[in-house]
Amino acid sequence: MALPNKPKGELVAVVNPEVVEHDVDVLIVGGGMAACGAAFEIKKWAPADMKIMLVDKASLERSGAVAQGLSAINTYIGENPIESYVKMVRNDLMGVVREDLIYDCGRHVDESVKLFEEWGLPIWKKDADGENLDGAKPAPTLREGGQPVRTGKWQIMINGESYKCIVAEPAATALGSENILERVFIVKMLLDKNKPNQVAGAVGFSTRENKVHVFRCKAALVACGGAVNIFRPRSTGEGKGRAWYPVWNAGSTYTMCAQVGATLTMMENRFTPARFKDGYGPVGAWFLLFKAKVANGLGEFYANGDAAKEELKKFMPYGASPVTPTCLRNHLMINELKEGRGPIYMATDVALNAFLDDRRAAGMDEKNLKKFWKHLESEAWEDFLDMSVGQAGLWAGMNIEPEKVGSEIMPTEPYMLGSHSGCCGIWTSGPNEDWVPDVQNESRSHKYKWGYNRMTTVDGLFTAGDGVGASGHKFSSGSHAEGRIAAKQMVKFCRDNDFKPELKQTAQELADEIYAPVKRYMEFKDASTASDVNPNYCKPAGMMMRLMKATDEYGGGVATYYMTSGKLLNICLDLLRLLREDAELMGAGDLHELMRAWENYHRIWCVETHIRHIEFRKESRYPGFYYRSDFPTCDDENWKCFVNSTFNPETKEWKCEKVEVINIIPTEPWL
Amino acid sequence: MPSYVDPSKCDGCKGGDKTACMYICPNDLMVLEKSEMKAYNQEPDACWECYSCVKICPQGAIFVRGYDDFVPMGGQVHPMRSADSIMWTVKFRNGAIKRFKFPVRTTAEGAANGYVGQTGANLDDECLLLESNLPTPNK
Ligand SMILES: Cc1cc2nc3c(=O)[nH]c(=O)nc-3n(C[C@H](O)[C@H](O)[C@H](O)COP(=O)(O)OP(=O)(O)OC[C@H]3O[C@@H](n4cnc5c(N)ncnc54)[C@H](O)[C@@H]3O)c2cc1C
Ligand code: SF4
Ligand code: SF4
Repeated sequence: MALPNKPKGELVAVVNPEVVEHDVDVLIVGGGMAACGAAFEIKKWAPADMKIMLVDKASLERSGAVAQGLSAINTYIGENPIESYVKMVRNDLMGVVREDLIYDCGRHVDESVKLFEEWGLPIWKKDADGENLDGAKPAPTLREGGQPVRTGKWQIMINGESYKCIVAEPAATALGSENILERVFIVKMLLDKNKPNQVAGAVGFSTRENKVHVFRCKAALVACGGAVNIFRPRSTGEGKGRAWYPVWNAGSTYTMCAQVGATLTMMENRFTPARFKDGYGPVGAWFLLFKAKVANGLGEFYANGDAAKEELKKFMPYGASPVTPTCLRNHLMINELKEGRGPIYMATDVALNAFLDDRRAAGMDEKNLKKFWKHLESEAWEDFLDMSVGQAGLWAGMNIEPEKVGSEIMPTEPYMLGSHSGCCGIWTSGPNEDWVPDVQNESRSHKYKWGYNRMTTVDGLFTAGDGVGASGHKFSSGSHAEGRIAAKQMVKFCRDNDFKPELKQTAQELADEIYAPVKRYMEFKDASTASDVNPNYCKPAGMMMRLMKATDEYGGGVATYYMTSGKLLNICLDLLRLLREDAELMGAGDLHELMRAWENYHRIWCVETHIRHIEFRKESRYPGFYYRSDFPTCDDENWKCFVNSTFNPETKEWKCEKVEVINIIPTEPWL
Repeated sequence: MPSYVDPSKCDGCKGGDKTACMYICPNDLMVLEKSEMKAYNQEPDACWECYSCVKICPQGAIFVRGYDDFVPMGGQVHPMRSADSIMWTVKFRNGAIKRFKFPVRTTAEGAANGYVGQTGANLDDECLLLESNLPTPNK
């Protein structure tokens, strides 16, 4: 018998934690690609006496989406015009993007990549014969004019197992380890007591010791990545952890910024990637590097067929571009699955053997052919081992050798993010330069610039990476560059706006709020003989399942093949409202569970904005990511606009509005 | 594919107050059971199988076994990471073995240049460190 009930984790929470207060000028929340970029850059601009602190819920060396490593840098402009990059992103995201932000990212991103290489990241190069060299072989650097191995037009290949360690190191060196606080989870941002619409601090807690940390600051960067486990995943047992995006990003960025009144944009944009089934291994290199194709269950390469071409014509001009938008590629795949023509296979066998046949035809002898094959095989496996080892494990368990059999691919559950092939996020100012549209409007929610690049509509509150909305396809390199942009602007903001931040609540009041789930657990745990089943509190794990069930069934998850409607969305919003209320009744007995409680609170809030935006937008802008049965088509005439929403922290009311999309890069020719 | 700890190898990082696996896990999953001085994964269904703990464990005590809801038993993927490269052993369910070695870093650990002490030129333009002459869009 397990009585009496006791906390499960090793680090038991106490009812009255210690409270630690910090006074800083700039606070960086998060430690991923964007935050590391910010930490590196900010010291180049900050006066010597400026106090800067970085807080990460994990450890910098392996935190965020790049923890495991990556096998490619997906944004490197190189020889291409930046204008073409903007066009590519615009088309992939069905026309509704902030071209100023994308162009700006494009003009800074290569510099970050050159720094990565200098710091030690191995980048593949082409040798004089056009063969691929791995990143440790001697070759000129990018800065010296070395030729990277391109897969697509924008991607370059790396040996990226240690990518995050390499990027974190100079960030920590620049900032100084005494200014980095790891294992502290930030729960919310705080507004100033005297200056309206001005950020003044944040509060969080340690997951290692019973301490609440209260920060006062003049400017802050929130860069906590995207949101995962907000829709029911396809694997709901142990495999629930094998999400495509990293399970530990819980929508903190969007929730914490929205709660203090920052305008959100394009929260209706979700990303539903098609990946190898179950292992969620990447498909990019297979398509781009190995030129593999996908076949349906009848063996047809449906994506190139006449029926697909006809279907794409329904979505002009986007469907006509030489590179079909990601959502429309999903749309074609989902059509096959719904018609019963599944499963969908990536023909890895056909692709790899085609390479060998090519070499054979070109007269390569058997010995060299064998060498070439070893190299090719190693490239194929590295793609998984660098960034999705679980997929390699699945292949090993299934005895799959990709040169012999194809592997199934499948659209996953939806994710929210702003730096990958999605663009939900926060509405920010673009660069303060003449070419950026100067919209005459009282409200920042309609403007493109208000003085500080990447500042949200709240004074002093900045974001980057997955946080910045309406400008996807930044990826790891663009997120780093964007963190650097924001860093410089924060220094400028502090120079221009000197004030003494004061919080509305006392540190003790804040600590009580953060530790409420612990108090609740301790007070009521003995009201039942089973620790997790209790009428007075709910456990974070149960809350997460309840949330995922609601969004999956009503918000267009995998349960309905991504289909929803106004009616279903409103039911979803009702369920989420109840969830939000009940989230205040969460109980947590140990520090790990306390973090899970607040993560789920962030998830609920952030997915609620998503559902609200889809409900507001009366069309299906991203067929293949989600569909509305009541407005099944993409309606450019009425909805080629941003949807922006703002939560008023005083009245607790939401406002959703249409905002004009302004073209900066010529639309003729489209792409 | 959750991580698990081989108790015969784990030494609890010699009783230090911070074990390597606890230090590194991005999802706060690895914890130390103090009476036995052994680590374990406290929430296997929240494991991303990122292998950060496997790579860092000084005793080589952490392994990964496939998620039981979709991976057949018997296969295993295991790394050995050094300062400049990583060697992966992929063992298939049928016993076949493949090995792959990749570089991970071209500089010594700690050698990445933080440009400490270097400062930017003009706080009021859009150039970042080492940048000049930023382009603007062609209309
Ligand atoms: C599977 C996968 C494959 C990818 N493939 C590629 C690729 O091949 N090439 C490429 O260029 N890009 C790729 N990306 C994209 C790239 O990883 C992201 O664009 C980039 O990491 C985003 O940076 P970020 O700083 O916004 O977020 P992240 O890097 O995810 O960082 C988020 C940070 O916030 C911290 N955090 C979260 N919540 C809190 C909180 N409440 N309090 C304190 N800290 C918090 C986290 O610990 C972490 O440090 C891939 C991503 C994934 C997941
Ligand atoms: S890092 Fe390895 S040796 Fe240290 S506690 Fe963890 S499992 Fe044990
Ligand atoms: S594999 Fe990654 S997520 Fe899983 S326990 Fe290890 S470090 Fe944590």
